[in-house]
Amino acid sequence: MTDARENTAVPVLDVQNLSVRFRMRGGRDIAAVTDARFSVAPGECLALVGESGCGKSVLASALLGLLPANARTTGSALLGGDTDLLTIGERALARTVRGRRIGLVPQSPAAHLTPVRTVRAQLEESLRELTRARGSELPKAAVAAAARASFPEGHLDRYPHELSGGLAQRAATALALIGDAPLLLADEPTTGLDRDLVERTVDELRRHTDEGRALLIITHDLAAAERIADRVAVMYAGRIVEIADAEAFFGGPGPRHPYAKGLLDALPEREFTPIPGMPPELGALPEGCAFADRCAYADARCTGERPAFTAGLACHHPPTGRASSPSKESADA
Amino acid sequence: MLELTRITAGYDRRDPVVRDVSLHVGAGEAVGLLGPSGCGKSTLAKVAALLHRPDAGTMTLDGTVIRGWRHRAPREQRTAVGVVFQQPRLSADPRLSLRELIAQPLRSTGRRRDVPERVAELARSVGLSDELLDRRPHAVSDGQLQRACLARALVLRPRLLICDEMTAMLDASTTAALVAVVERYRAASGAALLAVGHDRVLLERWCDRTVRWDERETEKGPAGPVTAGGGLRPPAAPR
Repeated sequence: MTDARENTAVPVLDVQNLSVRFRMRGGRDIAAVTDARFSVAPGECLALVGESGCGKSVLASALLGLLPANARTTGSALLGGDTDLLTIGERALARTVRGRRIGLVPQSPAAHLTPVRTVRAQLEESLRELTRARGSELPKAAVAAAARASFPEGHLDRYPHELSGGLAQRAATALALIGDAPLLLADEPTTGLDRDLVERTVDELRRHTDEGRALLIITHDLAAAERIADRVAVMYAGRIVEIADAEAFFGGPGPRHPYAKGLLDALPEREFTPIPGMPPELGALPEGCAFADRCAYADARCTGERPAFTAGLACHHPPTGRASSPSKESADA
Repeated sequence: MLELTRITAGYDRRDPVVRDVSLHVGAGEAVGLLGPSGCGKSTLAKVAALLHRPDAGTMTLDGTVIRGWRHRAPREQRTAVGVVFQQPRLSADPRLSLRELIAQPLRSTGRRRDVPERVAELARSVGLSDELLDRRPHAVSDGQLQRACLARALVLRPRLLICDEMTAMLDASTTAALVAVVERYRAASGAALLAVGHDRVLLERWCDRTVRWDERETEKGPAGPVTAGGGLRPPAAPR
């Protein structure tokens, strides 16, 4: 794994200035994603975290070409250094990318699987489409595909509704792995699962990453992100506000952006205190920093001027220049 | 406050989901019920919320035995219990604005006059702006909709609140915010809480006492009052 992580020359996915706008009725624009910049290397896991509605899933849909018709994307998203996912078009995406170069581990496996067909039938269909396995090889290949995702052979003839949440998740992962794609994209793969299953699911995804794949996991579950990620990208109101090494982010120095710090402090194993207020509407973002009205460090500059994203952080008050505990000071004042 | 005694419940009398389970929630007490997915804890929560008739066992609320069950318990008793489910998209009527969603229990119990004041008070408490109250569910985020569902559960001032995986879909900050709303309400009203979920860290931080569905897994403290006499049905498929 360490070798793979050092191989950063050609990232599997390199996203530059990716923005997504939805044109609404009445000419209103929703800025779902703005200027996202990140890359994922082979054998590396990047966790994209943030609260619901911050634009994480829209970003994933943009990479897969699955946005609705009223969406406009700008920027670039290079897959394997040569294919721009935003411009190659639906036909090429369907024939050469989805399933083959990007494996999708979906948010709700029970809804992702075809309800009227058994897991075995679905695996065999994907094998026929994505690999050279034919005829008599298919049954064996289906068993092997199931085994890669630790899906028990004895349950292959079940229908999706007969599977527990954990098994459905593994069936969906098995399908995502069939094309042997270099990039796995997992969109909230652990929502609704209990803690043991979350851990098992992310550990399995980690194993597939350690085999040399790149993994982009989108999640609001910080504990899952801590368990699996090499790096963390924090998204707020459509923008990535911090990218950090997972170890530093969850441990030692901690997060540098006040929003990221607030998210971690809200965990029941930490302070268990919410960030005041709610995120702004993506259709009516403020001029300055979108987090300013919830931020204890905010000053006039924050409300007037949007902080640039430099050195992995978009904040006018990087930790070095901050007062130690602003909330107490403002309470005294 | 709430006493479930040897409850058996499910969707098929020959194969109940919950077998012979007892649970006690004291007055003003916050009890967390922990269990893996598929163990039957949501079914037990529905029984406790008076929304699902048990096949056997007795249930008392504030010392009164619940009688007159049809599919659900009689309304007079149900109004004493507020309930919030895991998925706000499934529990909220998509045709209603958040304001109507919160007000509906008041209207249907004939307390129409209280509506404006009570809705405003609850919206403030859960942090929903006036502008958000006029939107329908499709135009708000999961977190905002769950805030509205919690406000609705509190609108009749329940003496017992049941939260079934209320925060499982939500991010850390919204989770902490909703828990704070529940605790403020409980501090002001003395209501009891039954929080059902799988997140041990969360429920241990939130509740006075947690009870494990499977006693064998109890690591600390007394085994707790859930006694699975007949044993609880294992999940439908091994995980």
